[in-house]
Amino acid sequence: MVARTLPAIDRDNEAYWTWGREGKLAIHRCASCEYFVHPPVPFCPHCESRDVAPQAVSGRGRVVTFTVNHKAWLPDLADPYILALVAIAEQDDVRIPCNIVECDIDKVDFNMKVEVVFEPVEDLWVPLFRPVTA
Amino acid sequence: MMRFAEKDTAITGVGMSEVSRGADKSALALTVDAALEAIADAGLSRADIDGIATWPGERADGSGFSPVGCAALQDALRLELGWYGGGGEAPGQYGAVFNAIGAIAAGLCRNVLIFRTMYEATARKTAYANSLLREGQRQAGPFAWYAPYYTYAAALQQALFFNLYVHKSGIRPDQVGQIAVNQRRNAALNPKAIYKVPITIDDYLASPVIATPLRLYDCDVPIDGAAAIIVSRMDVARTLKNPPIRIDAIGSSMRYRNSWTQLAELDTQAQPKVAEMMWSRTDLKPADVDIAQLYDGFSFHTINWLENFGFCERYGAKDFIDGGHRIALDGELPVNTGGGAMSGGRLHAYGAVHEACTQLWGRAGARQVQGDPQVCATSTSGGPLAGTMLLVRD
Ligand SMILES: [Zn+2]
Repeated sequence: MVARTLPAIDRDNEAYWTWGREGKLAIHRCASCEYFVHPPVPFCPHCESRDVAPQAVSGRGRVVTFTVNHKAWLPDLADPYILALVAIAEQDDVRIPCNIVECDIDKVDFNMKVEVVFEPVEDLWVPLFRPVTA
Repeated sequence: MMRFAEKDTAITGVGMSEVSRGADKSALALTVDAALEAIADAGLSRADIDGIATWPGERADGSGFSPVGCAALQDALRLELGWYGGGGEAPGQYGAVFNAIGAIAAGLCRNVLIFRTMYEATARKTAYANSLLREGQRQAGPFAWYAPYYTYAAALQQALFFNLYVHKSGIRPDQVGQIAVNQRRNAALNPKAIYKVPITIDDYLASPVIATPLRLYDCDVPIDGAAAIIVSRMDVARTLKNPPIRIDAIGSSMRYRNSWTQLAELDTQAQPKVAEMMWSRTDLKPADVDIAQLYDGFSFHTINWLENFGFCERYGAKDFIDGGHRIALDGELPVNTGGGAMSGGRLHAYGAVHEACTQLWGRAGARQVQGDPQVCATSTSGGPLAGTMLLVRD
């Protein structure tokens, strides 16, 4: 498979792309009103607090929507793969783009329950999701 | 009552270069062809052009997505300008027109040359597989959230939204395919279209799946080409050669989150609020629209616009396009009459506005919609971006 393209890391997104080292999915959250702010911004649009910082969430969520890619955009990208948007269990309007892994391409479905797994790539830990089996 | 600035502007001329899957001239030469044709069509000369605008502005990255910007065209044509502007942070591709309306209202200019040039056919034959990602480079900006997941093209984000739409609406593939079939039928009558051989629903269903449920025939076609329009102040427009095509109302709002992942309504994208704004600026209603040039980067966009403009109810497009009769040239709402971007070539909504004017001026030849169409709805879109114009022949 082709190497994953990686994001440029800045102060706001660093926790998201590195806390996987500890097995944690980091989502920014407001300390005053508990709203999750994503993509990460150090400001809460609900209560205007600046006290917003990364917090580990359960890593569970649901598949909001998905697609199975069949086109080889690059050489060696031939295998079908699943691209999805996953809403975290804690707050349904926080949506995370990801690949669904450990899942037959015919089995992925809307609202499927999933959990995070991380794939280390260079100095980052890329969040992916797999079906919840238990 | 508030006087909306767009009502004091009109399209007075249009031009289009040769459109091809590989041009034998440069992107700038194509742009000059389109610009000079539009200027002449309006009955103007270069000396009359005192504004230029484009979207998204020059991107000298080799992708062919926007190889020509304001500075290059201004110098090539040696224009003397009161105002110019290019840039991508706008309400879709028509952001260039909306900016021009503002500049005209501010008294900065009277005749604005607006252009859109693409050179993607040539770019894809050389270095670029697509225009969003480059291998080995760390990504910043909104698409960085997608970058690690093999998201190499807008087709993949659109497939995510399209799949949710299919899930909610229950639209069938043979209904979706009517957009492609209709546009190819129209393209067969358009000498400038790229693909002119008609296709059937069976051809559509047999076309390769790019990313479920998106098929090859749901996608527009990368080309080399340029389109240009002249937008003039209304009092000037009424002295020129063509009957002015009034910009009766525009939609340019950003009321949802401007995000490709957190957009409030993934399956309608940014369209509903933008259309709502447009209808709030005119006395006309959806039933008054004679023809529609609905953005078709993917057929999903066009289907979405049928609903969001109010030509049918939410999730009612499947019945509206079923069988393809209503959207055909002789139907109740002819859609994408020149073949759209899917068969005509990806001029990124400016091919659509060119076709809108061609029809409203009665110049469309074999594909001319009968009954003297006077009102055309036209749109751009994609993810959190959308823009609309309601065009009315004076
Ligand atoms: Zn808060």
